Amino acid sequence: MEEQQLRMLKKTANRIRQMALEGIYNAKSGHPGGSLSAADILAYLYFAEMKVDPQQPKAPERDRFVLSKGHAAPALYATLALKGYFPAEEVARLRQLGAMLQGHPDMKGTPGVDMSTGSLGQGISAACGMAKAAKIAGKDYRTYALLGDGELEEGQVWEAAMFAAHYGLDNLVAVVDWNGLQIDGNVTDVCSPLPIAEKFRAFQWHVIEIDGHDFDQIAAAFAEARTVKGKPTAIVAKTVKGKGVSFMENQAAWHGAAPSADLYAQAMQDLKALEEM
Amino acid sequence: MANKATREAYGDALKLLGEKYQNLIVMDADLSKSTKTEVFAKAYPDRFVNAGIAEGNMMTVAAGMATAGNIVFASSFAMFAAGRAFEQVRNSIGYPHLNVKIGATHAGISVGEDGATHQCNEDIALMRTIPGMVIINPADYAEAKAAVLAAAAYDGPVYLRFGRLAVPMFNDEATYKFEMGKGVRLAEGRDLTIVATGLMVNEAIQARELLAQDGIDAAVINIHTIKPIDRELLVDAARRTGLLVTAEEHSIIGGLGSAVMEAISEEAPVPVVRVGVNDEFGKSGKAEALLEAFGLTAANIARRAKDALRLKK
Repeated sequence: MEEQQLRMLKKTANRIRQMALEGIYNAKSGHPGGSLSAADILAYLYFAEMKVDPQQPKAPERDRFVLSKGHAAPALYATLALKGYFPAEEVARLRQLGAMLQGHPDMKGTPGVDMSTGSLGQGISAACGMAKAAKIAGKDYRTYALLGDGELEEGQVWEAAMFAAHYGLDNLVAVVDWNGLQIDGNVTDVCSPLPIAEKFRAFQWHVIEIDGHDFDQIAAAFAEARTVKGKPTAIVAKTVKGKGVSFMENQAAWHGAAPSADLYAQAMQDLKALEEM
Repeated sequence: MANKATREAYGDALKLLGEKYQNLIVMDADLSKSTKTEVFAKAYPDRFVNAGIAEGNMMTVAAGMATAGNIVFASSFAMFAAGRAFEQVRNSIGYPHLNVKIGATHAGISVGEDGATHQCNEDIALMRTIPGMVIINPADYAEAKAAVLAAAAYDGPVYLRFGRLAVPMFNDEATYKFEMGKGVRLAEGRDLTIVATGLMVNEAIQARELLAQDGIDAAVINIHTIKPIDRELLVDAARRTGLLVTAEEHSIIGGLGSAVMEAISEEAPVPVVRVGVNDEFGKSGKAEALLEAFGLTAANIARRAKDALRLKK
């Protein structure tokens, strides 16, 4: 990847993390851990991969994105705001009464949100519907879904996986944000969804395993997915929950908790330091 | 009067709609022979999508297809469409108010021999709680066909409830006009009003005859659209006759009876007697025998109505 592109993506991902945290801090509620782990993937999708136009959020030919792990909404909102779908100030007041940005994505109220999600396991099914609809109508748009690893415990994910393979949805890419943690602890302690890649392979998907914070690997994976014909692609992205904030990294406790004023200041300091690196 | 199941109307109407709307897609969950979506599948194989035995996924896939500007009919038995997939219907279809029509066949105890696990007497109650969900429970083939056509023309989620059993066709298909959200006053009467839905409408018409033999003059209203319900018509009926008897092939908890009481209680409270499936599960048997055993007959409506007259002030 060119140096300039890499710098832009890193900066964007860092901005996503800061804005998401600001919104969560202001609301005193939200999910920082999984927002931070997904920030690099979201930055790449919206600033390098997808054909979208914030001026025409409903354009029929646009690429689609479904945040199946809907609780990472703060990161999606920050991404959409940076892309120009709505003012950044909206992100700062997410989850508050009267605000546009709901606790989980609401397609009716928020430009750029292609599907209302939040109830785990459903986003990937909706993405299958978008991809299958493109096949039926002979349209070229691609559909992307982002799932959590804990979310893979939902049986519906595998109903969708079966569906996508059966209908040869090569216009669908599911990214698994494999940060290893869910609310009650380590995914392998709660009710292990592992092995992830092997499961998708067994469901007849094309599988690519990457480091979900390495933009070269992210770029290569999405490029490879475009070359796959006849089957959907799963990108299993190993990530760090709470990525970028020292005290949040790999801590399940930060799945769904807002930081105190002191910790928020420290978190922003961590992220700003990364920005300057 | 010929007998025909309302699910037959579902299949026949879908085939007509396939011609009219190029953006109409039909889904099923491995029950296309029973739900009659196979009629559409044969005519338009490219726009028929079988999700297999995975109703939750089917509902959300249907939602995803609807976001791309399609009219999607998602079909299964009522038990699995409204029951198993409730949360998918609520969150993925209801909350974003997407253009998905849920074609739920084999509703109620007239499913017959399959028994309690397949006899859904709770679907109307479940669907009524979802904001913005339209619920239609047609009474015969002609009404069912018209309802499916109307649902396709309406932009938003609709729950269509059909039966397995062939039931009398009392509406004339050629002339029947269906208006979503409007009850149909089938007969005038002084003493009470029977408010019925689905296959119980025909029983209500017969119950009126039975009551007439005893000198009781009953009005009959067909409520095909349970949500939004025709409040105006029901309030008027309550004021005119002072007593309502509801009749439905559904639990008396949360169904038509409940909806009618909610509709009139603040404006024209009068006694309401509910004929329906009591707070119990169904069982195996022939459909007609089950309807008899659970009191879903003209005779029982008439008996309950006669008994209820004493409640009138």
